[in-house]
Amino acid sequence: MREFTLPALGADMESGKLIEWLVKPGEEVHKGQVVAVVDTSKAAIDVEIWFDGVVGELRTVPGETVAVGAVMATILAAGEAPPEPGTPPAEPEPAPPPEAPAPPAPPASAPPGQDGASGVRRRVSPAARRHAEELGLDPDGIAGTGPLGSVTLADVDAAAARRPSVAQAVEAASPAERQAAMRESIAAAMSRSKREIPHYYLSETIPMARAVEWLTSENAARPVTERVLMAAVQLKAVARALADFPQLNGFFVDGTYRPEPVAHIGVAIALRQGGLVAPALHDVAEKDLVTVMRELSDLVARTRAASLRSSELADATITVTNLGDQGVEAVFGIITPPQVALVGFGRVAPRPFVTEAGLAAIPTVTASLAADHRVSDGRTGAQFLASLHDWLQRPEDL
Amino acid sequence: MDDTELRAAIVAELCRIAPEVDGDDLVDARPLRRQVDLDSLDWLNFLIGLHHRLNVDIPEADYPQLASLADLLAYLRARL
Repeated sequence: MREFTLPALGADMESGKLIEWLVKPGEEVHKGQVVAVVDTSKAAIDVEIWFDGVVGELRTVPGETVAVGAVMATILAAGEAPPEPGTPPAEPEPAPPPEAPAPPAPPASAPPGQDGASGVRRRVSPAARRHAEELGLDPDGIAGTGPLGSVTLADVDAAAARRPSVAQAVEAASPAERQAAMRESIAAAMSRSKREIPHYYLSETIPMARAVEWLTSENAARPVTERVLMAAVQLKAVARALADFPQLNGFFVDGTYRPEPVAHIGVAIALRQGGLVAPALHDVAEKDLVTVMRELSDLVARTRAASLRSSELADATITVTNLGDQGVEAVFGIITPPQVALVGFGRVAPRPFVTEAGLAAIPTVTASLAADHRVSDGRTGAQFLASLHDWLQRPEDL
Repeated sequence: MDDTELRAAIVAELCRIAPEVDGDDLVDARPLRRQVDLDSLDWLNFLIGLHHRLNVDIPEADYPQLASLADLLAYLRARL
């Protein structure tokens, strides 16, 4: 038996509220399947499971707020018999400290037979147990007020009254509540970043004449539905350049840096009502530009509709922020912990630039890098920007 | 489709991208991007919406002609 715990969907998340289960006990589940919808400060998130199995017991009821790392359900291996009724719940995983890594490692299960946190087997009268089961409640999850903390019939009724009824849908936070919560979580993550990460900043002016010319001719031959924006070209160029710079793509957790083999790029997306989310575009280097563009468009639409998947919130290995549409020259960002780098793009526009042929007015962009000095040095960062520069000179190879 | 219907169709697509837009508040002659917060992805999605609704494919080269709602009306009317 394994435990399905609430994953941390970002460095700043401490808890989430279960909106609904999308699976039932006895149902087979597969790695990557969306099993629950959980409301966080960012959005209502489709939470995916990260291993295969059969749903055992659902321990969290809709409407309940649970800490990151808390056991939400038990998952049995195929063919494994469900535990005897009355088996005490395994000790809940303590919520990790705020410094916890964003992508959760599957937690180890408590040893079989270990008792609950109190160390005392919970007492539930058979009648109370039967009554709880009739009402669809987990008798072991009910606080007992009887002798020695036993669960009585009255406790079951009280728990049932507290539980949102099935008919009454559990509502996600209102837009105003979400906005306030998002402001708080951005504040927490950015303050932590500035407190803990010794940032260094570099920038480079990159000529974009070739990229603009190439993209214009590509788009001229494409229907509007397959048109690619420069933002997608820049994302792909970042992903390609990162392949040679493992010190910029990964996670710094508990004093140790762990590079990631694949670049999942967190794309900073501003919300219309204010606030910002940077969900991951997975494995950008391996996808062709039209696919990157389609996924970017889909990601922006779903972020704004507050409909993201847990892997998109937890997986980003680096962030890219693009403020070019706002007309700024350059942006120097704050790294999202536990990531170790952030790439920023300003506006692509014609500017005076010296080429081999002399002074010319050509489209340029200022690309910036904010990186974690605990992991890399300026020399590495400079080489990365030079590589990004090179990739953007040969967009046809991206 | 007359001008009123065409304008309504354009505004409906704009609202799908930017739900805060009120069609009655838009000044037809003013540049759209001064009145509505549209980034380049919003703009592209707006044009894709118009394409699905009106079956008109607007090439990138024509973007500069399409600053205002009045520009869009004239451009689309000529192609419907």
